[in-house]
Amino acid sequence: MKAAIVAIASLAALTALALLAPQWLVFMAMLALAKGVVVLGLLVLMRTGLVSFGQGLYFGIGAYTAALLSHHLHVADAAVMLLAGAAAAGLMAALLGLLLAGYRDIFFAMLSLAFSMILYGVLVKSAALGSTDGFNLHARTFFGVALAPGVERRVFLIAGAVCAVVVALLAHRLLGGHWGRLSTGVRDNELRVAYLGASPYRVVYVNYLIAGAMAGLGGALAALAVGHVDPEMTYWTTSGEFVFIAILGGTQSILAPFVAASIFEALRTIASQYAPNVWQMSLGLAMLAIIMFLPAGLWTLAERRRRSA
Amino acid sequence: MSSILPIAFDGITYASWLFLISAGLTLIYGVMRILNVAHGSLYALGAYAACSLAGAWLGGGLPAAGSFAMLLLAAVLVGSLVGPVIERGLLQWMYGKDEVVLVLITYAVFLIMEDVIKLVWGVDSLLLPEPYALPGNLQLGGLPYPVYNVLLIALALATGLALAWALYRTRQGKLLLAVIHDREMSMAMGINVSRVYLATFAVGATLAALGGAFTAPTIAVTPGIGVEVIVLAFAVVVIGGLGSLGGAALGALLVGLVRSATVRYWPEAELFSIYAVMALVLIARPKGLFAAQEARKI
Repeated sequence: MKAAIVAIASLAALTALALLAPQWLVFMAMLALAKGVVVLGLLVLMRTGLVSFGQGLYFGIGAYTAALLSHHLHVADAAVMLLAGAAAAGLMAALLGLLLAGYRDIFFAMLSLAFSMILYGVLVKSAALGSTDGFNLHARTFFGVALAPGVERRVFLIAGAVCAVVVALLAHRLLGGHWGRLSTGVRDNELRVAYLGASPYRVVYVNYLIAGAMAGLGGALAALAVGHVDPEMTYWTTSGEFVFIAILGGTQSILAPFVAASIFEALRTIASQYAPNVWQMSLGLAMLAIIMFLPAGLWTLAERRRRSA
Repeated sequence: MSSILPIAFDGITYASWLFLISAGLTLIYGVMRILNVAHGSLYALGAYAACSLAGAWLGGGLPAAGSFAMLLLAAVLVGSLVGPVIERGLLQWMYGKDEVVLVLITYAVFLIMEDVIKLVWGVDSLLLPEPYALPGNLQLGGLPYPVYNVLLIALALATGLALAWALYRTRQGKLLLAVIHDREMSMAMGINVSRVYLATFAVGATLAALGGAFTAPTIAVTPGIGVEVIVLAFAVVVIGGLGSLGGAALGALLVGLVRSATVRYWPEAELFSIYAVMALVLIARPKGLFAAQEARKI
């Protein structure tokens, strides 16, 4: 019940934002949503105690799939792009997950990093995909309805909001139930989960698949927002950014990734405007402060207030 | 057939460079269980310090051969000043945290240092071509090769041998091995683990800076050079097995040779090949080539 109310309220708020806000804010909100979806996927994975330093792989696959559809197959429908982005990333995750689900800790992180860097290496050197420059994409219709120039982004924001709310609700159901407890069990003591008759490998695999598909959806959303894709989306610094946002928000709540991503995007916009040379430094200091004083992320602040009230 | 010699030479040169940056990373991981992302910025810092010191030396009209001493001095200065600051100022409060959290902490340090470097040295690229040009070229199979690369190989060999000697033949090294094997037990036996950590981090930082200082003459030193290096060093260290010095050497050689062969026959796949090797090794041996076995805990 509570989840439904939050979902409807956020949907209403985002729709209002999409219709009324200036273009730059719509753009920022879209990027925040896109990253929020990726980080939510990371959160699902982190329930099993695993952190991927290679979500950029799926982010990039989602974005490039959307862009390739528009650029090479002349599919200009945004809805198709979003679905295809998530599906392509999910497919790749289904494949790599078979291997990765057998790895733990730092080895899982490093192997996922290696896979994302392989894609980066391929993209940087493929002239057909624009090498380091990437290429542009245009989505002209949404579910077959033609979009007037200028309102595209507003429509995409609403579409992104619907996507985000749907995946958030799904993640909420998934983690709140039996599966979520199983995931936490794998994190806390994998061997005992196996003794009890469940397969930790399967839990990790499915969560990895979910995280991959969500990163793909986020990538497609980001590609629609920016109208351009480049290999930087798969670089390890992008993956690092996702992990940073996850730590910023904390892993306690489904809403945390979206709140954290919004804060992150806002901070970045302000910092790149006024202090471009110390942007990374402020990011690093913020990260250290959070790890030291708010180990469960910004969400601890909200929890503390609730407890004292 | 004539291409084998150049490929091998290029590969070994690249491997030497890789080994210089990876040795410190694997040492720090072996002792402290920290996969140090800030290693990349220590590398960059070494390169910048080398540009400043050697540039000042050459600018002062002193004999050009002395610029090599300046490169070494830059590495030692960065390692012995910045290394302890990071370890004492930050990392010593973080021991015992999860390995992945430690990666994030050093990632934060990396981000901070990237901007510090920009604030100190500016965003323009720095050039230090003299030490590279000074030793001249030698002929190898009819092709000219810079002697500087031979020096780099010698430096990597000397560093590797010195590290192996210090680890396995000296008292301090044996204390270090004891800490790697069992931290709590070594503490109980009276080893000052905190001091061992400090020394390890300083040595690791010096090695990173050494790699940077001796790379500086071959490239244009610009902001962001540490970003690429760190993932390369990760790949090498993970291939060899985290914490293994011999593994880092073998990993560097493997990556170096594969890369130079790829560059020769299929240049588009250069980056791809490096990480493909890493993925393949991890698939075949999930903990790298020379990883220590660990007991399963229930």
